[in-house]
Amino acid sequence: METLSGLAMGFGHALTLTNLGWALLGCFLGTAIGVLPGIGPALTIALLLPITFSVPATGAFILFCGVFYGAMYGGSTTSILLNTPGESGSIITSLEGAKMAKNGRAGPALATAAIGSFVAGTVGTIGIAFLGPVVVELALKLGPAEYFCLMVLCFVTVSAVLGGSALRGLTSLFFGLLLGLVGIDLQTGQPRLTFGIPELLDGVNVVLVAVALFAVGETLYLAWRYVEGKQEVLPVGSIMMSKTDWKRSFWPWVRGAGIGFPFGVMPAGGTEMPTMLSYYMERKLTKPEHQKEFGTTGAIEGVAGPEAANNAAAAGILVPMLTLGLPTSATAAIMLSAFQSYGIQPGPLLFTSQAELVWTLIASLFIANVMLVVLNLPLVGLWARILTIPQPQLYAGILVFATIGTYGISNSVVDLFLLYGIGIIAMFMRRFDFPVAPVVIGMILGPMAEQALRQAMTISQGDWSVFVTRPISLAILLVAVAALVGPRLYGAWVRRMAA
Amino acid sequence: MRDTQRSDLGAAVFVLVLGLVAAWQAAVIPTTPLYAQVGPKAIPYLIAAGLIALGIGLVAAALRGGWSHDLEDMQGAPRTNWRALSLLLAGLLANIALIVPFGFTVAATVQFTLVAAAFGSTAHARNVVIAFIVSLGAYALFVKALGVNIGAGVIEALVFGDPG
Repeated sequence: METLSGLAMGFGHALTLTNLGWALLGCFLGTAIGVLPGIGPALTIALLLPITFSVPATGAFILFCGVFYGAMYGGSTTSILLNTPGESGSIITSLEGAKMAKNGRAGPALATAAIGSFVAGTVGTIGIAFLGPVVVELALKLGPAEYFCLMVLCFVTVSAVLGGSALRGLTSLFFGLLLGLVGIDLQTGQPRLTFGIPELLDGVNVVLVAVALFAVGETLYLAWRYVEGKQEVLPVGSIMMSKTDWKRSFWPWVRGAGIGFPFGVMPAGGTEMPTMLSYYMERKLTKPEHQKEFGTTGAIEGVAGPEAANNAAAAGILVPMLTLGLPTSATAAIMLSAFQSYGIQPGPLLFTSQAELVWTLIASLFIANVMLVVLNLPLVGLWARILTIPQPQLYAGILVFATIGTYGISNSVVDLFLLYGIGIIAMFMRRFDFPVAPVVIGMILGPMAEQALRQAMTISQGDWSVFVTRPISLAILLVAVAALVGPRLYGAWVRRMAA
Repeated sequence: MRDTQRSDLGAAVFVLVLGLVAAWQAAVIPTTPLYAQVGPKAIPYLIAAGLIALGIGLVAAALRGGWSHDLEDMQGAPRTNWRALSLLLAGLLANIALIVPFGFTVAATVQFTLVAAAFGSTAHARNVVIAFIVSLGAYALFVKALGVNIGAGVIEALVFGDPG
């Protein structure tokens, strides 16, 4: 059993004092930023990327994964106590959670969210440990042609399938691909899209783009529509769950985890869909006498299920990231660039060439989950207090960190102009409903896809038919085409039947 | 033409122009003497073509009525807060202007105070104090803990000694 021996080795490394320290720091930081509205794990990990220069890879990734899991826990606190979801995965949580809080049941809502996150995080991490090696086994059979097709599939699903419009999603993706092109072409040494500016020869930095999209753009958009007024933080009360609460939460946790994980693993990524599915499912499955609580006083099932689905999906996202090197969320994309900054090539070889790192990471995810549930239940009052930081100082502070994180890259004012320029574009993207995650994914995955394409073409000696004559790559491309046009055809068909 | 439709058209044209700029930049990539099955220009042209096609698609969508009026965020959205937006942009510009001559802490303190004012805070003196502490703390965190080189300005040199 590769998994069990791997886990044994992983726990052996993860349980050292230093690595436990990194996990604790990551969990603490992750929860705090998850609680704060307006900033998320992608931005935080981007700002922490300089740590890759001074800390060994294992420690840094344990920290990042702690932040990643922690932000999921923290996000639910915000959506329950403030009725403003901290990130897209907790939108559903705020539906029932905030209603429970208004009825004085914030405590049990927070508790079921935290324990549900624990259950789902553990299920999801077990899934990573057992599914990972299987996927790697399959992935090792893939050549550059298949890899390129897989990346195309990833591009299509993250931009065209999710979100409001395929047109706008793809535009975001292509903007990201364009940003990824800037700099010296690695294969031929030619400068590309640099406009003759020497600072651009090294390319546009990932940290800069992430900070511009998630911090500067977001803050600008908030200012654009800002209306003064104080947000009300609802009181927490006792976090004890009654016996009925436990009974009503248990199956939603399990079902939520079951729905969420597969969604995360699929290259579609995203946590909105599984949380929504879980919500409707629980509303259907609950006893009739509890059904009337949905949308009125707040039903605990409506918090337990989606919150578990959210966490399991987040864990699932790590499967394609670790086994194939394919990021399906902005956070995963930034973690991928951290691998690159260590000179580690993510992909199927990771499990063999960096076995120690991978298994220590997976073991740390288990540890982080335990830490988070311990950290979250008793300290919930502290997290709630973070919410009382007034907005003016909060956003001003976020921009200070955004600036220092970007200026630190190369001490260049050109970077600051780029930061604020892309930030202004991001503000308009928010206004016109262009998703930002595809920008980050396109920017990081784009150069890798180009490299795979060129390798495939070198192997095939310039024969473009290689992508359709190899059965696996053809199959992947067909799935990508189906994902792109399928929903439209279906919609057209439904309209025709209705007419 | 509705207001939202006109602004949708603006966004669409921006994408189209971005695609044209990308095509121009792809065209000026020097042709390489090195042999390669797929040269350095192929993908840039492909992406430029994609952006132009998407831009045309968006222009068509905008001319057919646009998409903004359907957005949830736009339903009952408050008016543009020009005061907040211009104070915030002033903060960003102040930072760009001050960071080289005076260093990070001074620039960030001014930026913080302006941004806090943009979001409606009126306790300016208190904000300056908070800004100074936050900025210096951020500097210490990035330089000392994360090992980032930011260079010492006026204040940093005073607090942490000369750049080393």
